[in-house]
Formats: sequence, structure tokens, C-alpha cells
Amino acid sequence: MKKKGWKELPEGAIIEKVPTSQEFKTGSWRTQKPVWDPNKCTNCFLCWLYCPDSSIILKEVNGEPKVSGINYDYCKGCGICAEVCPPKIKAIHMEKEEF
Amino acid sequence: MSETLKVKQALTGNEAFAFAMKQINPDVVAAYPITPATEIVQIFSKYVADGEVDTEFVAVESEHSAMSACIGAATAGARVMTGTSSQGLALMHEVLYIASALRLPIVLAEVNRALSAPINIHCDHSDTMGSRDSGWIQIYCENANEGYHSLIQAVKIAETINLPVMVTLDGFIISHGMEVVETLETDVVRQYLGKRKPLYNVLDYENPIMVGPLDLTDYYFEHKRQQIEAMKKAKDVIEEVITDYNKRFGFDFPVFAEAYRMEDAEYAILSMSSAAGTMKEAVDVMREKGEKVGLVRLKVFRPFPYEVLQEFFKNVKAIGVMDRSDSVSTMGGPVFNEVRSALYDLDTRPRIMNFVFGLGGRDFPLSDALYIVNRVKELKEGKTLDFVEYVGVRE
Ligand code: SF4
Ligand code: SF4
Repeated sequence: MKKKGWKELPEGAIIEKVPTSQEFKTGSWRTQKPVWDPNKCTNCFLCWLYCPDSSIILKEVNGEPKVSGINYDYCKGCGICAEVCPPKIKAIHMEKEEF
Repeated sequence: MSETLKVKQALTGNEAFAFAMKQINPDVVAAYPITPATEIVQIFSKYVADGEVDTEFVAVESEHSAMSACIGAATAGARVMTGTSSQGLALMHEVLYIASALRLPIVLAEVNRALSAPINIHCDHSDTMGSRDSGWIQIYCENANEGYHSLIQAVKIAETINLPVMVTLDGFIISHGMEVVETLETDVVRQYLGKRKPLYNVLDYENPIMVGPLDLTDYYFEHKRQQIEAMKKAKDVIEEVITDYNKRFGFDFPVFAEAYRMEDAEYAILSMSSAAGTMKEAVDVMREKGEKVGLVRLKVFRPFPYEVLQEFFKNVKAIGVMDRSDSVSTMGGPVFNEVRSALYDLDTRPRIMNFVFGLGGRDFPLSDALYIVNRVKELKEGKTLDFVEYVGVRE
């Protein structure tokens, strides 16, 4: 992307198009990726609760919330979701990321 | 029409500032009192309590908060003013940069006072000189009358170029001294200024924006370059506003600097603020003796009007630059350094020296003013002198 010169920037460095953080895809910072297994998942939502990047996607199925995957655009691979997923279930495990 | 609109009043510098603020009727004033500027806030808060202004007055617990509140209000499109002095301005220092970089036209009524330590409540210019690189326009007034009118002009200047402006008066000498101020009528001031047209409004929920983003290595430089350009353009704006104001209301205020008996001057003094009054007297005394000496009173220090000074000084042989603060650089005061730099490119460069005087409110009598003129005369005649002298200090 060609960066703007000083004559093209808005005065006062304001950003007119918001929210901007949605467009700033930070998932590429990841070195490990969480992999989620829908067949093991009990929908306890611990991963959703603990994910610091709001990267656990919930969807409504028959009026009930269900985990439906991981948003890799923002997931930074911290592994918290895999850590908090109950040990007997282990519906999330971490793998090495290859971009 | 202009004559009938003027009202003569006996006011101190602080009263003149507060009265101008009342007529301006800003949307928001956030301020904290500090000697010798206390009265500005005190008198203004009485106007608020008496319902003479519509202003939202924010009584804060420090100057850092005062400027922060001003910034918040200004981003929401409000016309915002504050007043301070010395340590108060120093405490605002960090946020001054934010106001200018966000291009907020905040107007600050400043009363010049020395910085601690030792604690001193009297006049010198160390406070505003400490903020000279903060991106604020700086206007130094000679007296209360000029302070009153400059504060009104400052609102126009600030809102035209979207940069903050501080207008200064010398502590106690002007802030507490009473003089005749020729004021405009309130309606005239309000009509002249109209409503502020903000660049943006952070409270506009229909059109959300983000103010004060992270810039890092990839855009910070571009935004600074843009701010520098605004400061360059501010010169035209200052000239337009003051010229138009003079024409509209029948005044004769100088734009960037005032030339006093400079027509055929062979040597000259450059002074700022109230000391220029004493200097004019010294120039008159010397002129009576047939000495071709003149005075330039520098009024706008930011943006620095180097072109104007080059023009004034192109034919003089020697100049004495007066500083009411010292940059403790062992190279003289801030005014001296900039004036000397401005004159470096002249075809025939005048000899130039610096006089640091009046620190911490030290009296500046006519005898000292005459001493300075005589020293510059010696410089003109070829004598070798130290490039900085400290006038009025005990050995
Ligand atoms: S690895 Fe971290 S960031 Fe990614 S989904 Fe799991 S908890 Fe969220
Ligand atoms: S923590 Fe494990 S079991 Fe619970 S919702 Fe997340 S993936 Fe499913």
C-alpha cells in the first residue's frame, strides 16, 4: 500500500473512518494456531470467555449459542483457549502456524 | 462608525483579559488560578455566576487538567479559553503539544512570570519561552490595551488556521497596573467573532471519528510537517486578521513588530512586551542628543517573523537584543538566538549583542535602558564587547 504524503493527510491526524481496528488484521502475529474440534466441544464457552482477542466465534443454532470456530484474522495464538478447555474434553489443541 | 463603538475604561491587565473573555463569551473555560493571573479566572468565574456569559466553567484541580479539559471541549467543537502563568503553564507543557497537534484553536490568556526555583511570582519570560516549541502561536503585548484587543484577535486567528494561540502580558507590571483600555462594545465583539466552525466534532454520533491515534514511524513525521506548514500559513492569517481589525475598528496595532523611530536608524534595540515602553523613552532621550537610534518591538514570537526583522534591520550597523529570560545555554537568551539567526543571511550583517535583564521581576529603570543604548552605540563604533551582558544584576 502506498502511504500518504503530508499534503494528503487530514488536519489534526483525525481518522474519519471508524472503527478502524476491525480493518487492522492482527492475526499474522501468530506463531501457533488453535485448532478446534466441533465433535468434542461441549459449548461450555470457557474459551470464548477467556480469549483476549474475541476470536472465538459464537453462532446461534436453534435459538441456542454455539461455538462455531475461530477467527484467525485476529487470533494471536496465545493458547489460552486450549489451556482453559476442560482437560477431559480437550476440544482445542495448538499447532505450529505456517503462513 | 468605529469611534462610537469604543468605550474607554480604566482596567488592569488581568481585568482587560477577563473583560475580553466576557465579551468573547466562550463555550467552555477550564482554568486554575495562579499568581499573577489569578484574577483572570476569579473575575471570569464571577461573570459565570452572575449569568453574564453562557460559558460552561470547569473548575479543575491543576493546570494539566485545565488544558486537558480544554482539549476535550475543543475536540467537541466548542470555543475554548483558559488563563495561566509560570508554573501553571509549565504544568500544562505536556498537553500544550497535544492541543496544537490536534489543531485545536484554544486561546490562552497568559501572564508572564518567572519559573521556580527560587520561588518568584514576578515577571520574566521564562514561562512562555519554555513553551516556544510547543506549536502554539505566541503574541507578546506591550500593555493592557494591546492585550485586550489581541485576545479578541487571537480567537479569530486561532479559528482561521486551527492552531492554539497564547497572548501574553507582563506579570504585575501590566497584569496589576491600571491603564486606559479602549474597549469595543460586546455586541460588536460577538458579531465580529461569530460562531466557531470546527474542523471536526468528536461528539457527532452520526459521523464517528477517532481523535489522537497512534502514529509511530510511518505517519508522525508527515503530521508534524503538516503542522509546520500551518504555522507558516499562520503568518498570512495573523497579518490579515490584525490588518482587518485595525481597518474595521479604527486602530493602529502593529502586526508582527512595531518600528519606533527606525526610519534613519544606524543602530537599534529589539525589545518585547512592557520593557519596550521604557526603551522608547531611552530612544527619545538619545534622539534628542542627535543619536540615530531606533527600537523594534517584537510582538509575534511564534511563528517567528524573520522576514520582517530582516527588512527592519537591513540598514543598521549594530543591534542590541533584549531578553527577559535566559536559556541557560551560555549563548544568551532565546530571542537573541533567533534574531541573530534571522539576520545571518543579510548582505551586510549588523553587529549584534544580547542584554539579559529583569529576571524575576528585577526593576528595569530608564538608566538601564540608556546603558543598553550606549553599549550598542559602542558596538556600532567598532568596540569589541562580550556578546551577552546581564543588565541590573549585582556583581
Ligand atoms: S489462541 Fe488465544 S487469541 Fe487465539 S483463539 Fe485462542 S485464546 Fe483467542
Ligand atoms: S472451552 Fe472447549 S469445550 Fe468449552 S466451548 Fe471452548 S472449545 Fe468447547
